[in-house]
Amino acid sequence: MPLALVHARYQLLEIVRIPVAVVGSAFFPAAAMLFFVVPFAGDDPAGATYATAAMVTFATMSANIFQYGVGVAEDRDQPWNPYTRTLPAGPAPRLAGRILAGLVLTYLSMVPVVVIAAVATAARVTPARFLLGLVAVAVISVPFTLLGLAIGYSLPSKAAIVVAQVLFFPLAFGGGLLSGPDNAPGFVKVIAPYLPTRGAVELMWAAVAGWQPDPKALVMLVVWVLVLAGVAGWAYRRDEGRRFT
Amino acid sequence: MILACAEQVSRRYGEVLALDRVDLTVRAGELVGLLGPNGAGKSTLMNLLVGLRRPTAGRVELLGGDPRDPASRRQLGVTPQETGLPGTLRVGEVVDFVSAHYPDPVPRGELLDRFGLTDQVRRQTGGLSGGQRRRLAVALAFVGRPRLVLLDEPTTGLDVEARHALWESIRGFHAEGGTVLLSSHYLEEVEALAQRVVVIGHGRVLADDSVAAIRGIVGVRRVSLVADDLPALPGVVATERVDGRFQLLTTDADQLVRDLVATGVTFRDLEVRPTSLEEAFLAITAGDRPAPTPA
Repeated sequence: MPLALVHARYQLLEIVRIPVAVVGSAFFPAAAMLFFVVPFAGDDPAGATYATAAMVTFATMSANIFQYGVGVAEDRDQPWNPYTRTLPAGPAPRLAGRILAGLVLTYLSMVPVVVIAAVATAARVTPARFLLGLVAVAVISVPFTLLGLAIGYSLPSKAAIVVAQVLFFPLAFGGGLLSGPDNAPGFVKVIAPYLPTRGAVELMWAAVAGWQPDPKALVMLVVWVLVLAGVAGWAYRRDEGRRFT
Repeated sequence: MILACAEQVSRRYGEVLALDRVDLTVRAGELVGLLGPNGAGKSTLMNLLVGLRRPTAGRVELLGGDPRDPASRRQLGVTPQETGLPGTLRVGEVVDFVSAHYPDPVPRGELLDRFGLTDQVRRQTGGLSGGQRRRLAVALAFVGRPRLVLLDEPTTGLDVEARHALWESIRGFHAEGGTVLLSSHYLEEVEALAQRVVVIGHGRVLADDSVAAIRGIVGVRRVSLVADDLPALPGVVATERVDGRFQLLTTDADQLVRDLVATGVTFRDLEVRPTSLEEAFLAITAGDRPAPTPA
């Protein structure tokens, strides 16, 4: 088994042994689904489909920000982390394993949203679009994974928890995840294209419902990915430099 | 065959010079003890040798290569700090995880049996006793059939029985041709295991010699007394005078007191006490200069 898979497997084992961590990232989107989507948009097939895709984006974002932000920061506190660096493997398998494990958990965390959508709303999606949606989840995980890594590598774990919590609500609201594609409040419409959540949710809508994404939001998403990759890379190297040089 | 070496290695953390031009060579088949008080630089030196840190100056080599290159670490075994084991993973899982990094690992059952952990294979490491965790941590250093093992304070906090059991496994590894570099702040532990001792203090190598020679040096006693003046006495390695009180460091306190009485000098408030490793070595290495006053 390649080392990256070994690392992914043990990371998942560690997480699954404390299942509340998984429940945490699945809870908010599922709750939002039950309280906002089911009662207000549940009977409208198009509205429910868009809202479900927005909740999937929400779940992807919160799963990634928390896993990487808090998970990496906590790992950095553990002496086990330097020990693994004395094993005959570079840091790459550990990072690759972490990202694989993160993707698995991201998919897990949206299961409740999808189940609620199927059972309690009129949301509909063709099998082909459903698969396209699964691919879109992996794509939109990129900016949030980078954001999480940037938080996790630059902050101590107590600060990382707070920053992750402070960030994820404005990102969700501001990006218009809690409103339909066209009926967001005015100020949200103004700021949304500049937030990574907007480009991400537009991609999700395009994948599952054939929505024409706003080019401005997509360009900004690419900008976000580049900026966050820069910050995450900087934070990673700084952490290495502080502790492993 | 040199398995690990440091040449004129210095390591600075900001203002603090943790290692100051250290030389150390570990040859195949040796069991070397690294002795020194806490904060002397033992862990820093170990971290440089396993590639966790880079020296500020000087050169470090491990198994013929740069320790920061993963390939150089293939025949190296290291112990994690026992507090650092992932608490939710089971003992068997931790062993399997580490095994996956090596081409020909020791089978899990055999390793756990050797370290007396067979019954704990299904336990989560967070639920182990301190002694069991420590044994697991040491066992992990041996998973990959290493040629060289670095053990940082392997038995700190263990009871006597557990300590002796661990010593046995370290001796067994050495008897089969393995090479060990072991750090400790206990002279007793180093005496029990090592043939060669490297003493580190304040970031410098203070002595690198056989166990017997080191034991002679650290057997130094501090004899202190109040007197107006003292003649030169044999066997005194360092003398200092603080507030009218003479402090004499000697390797044979009994003989010194006999000699002192024989000189007929008037003295009072005689005290004899052991010195710490650090004091002894500072006194020795200070040579003719007055020994620094211990705080």
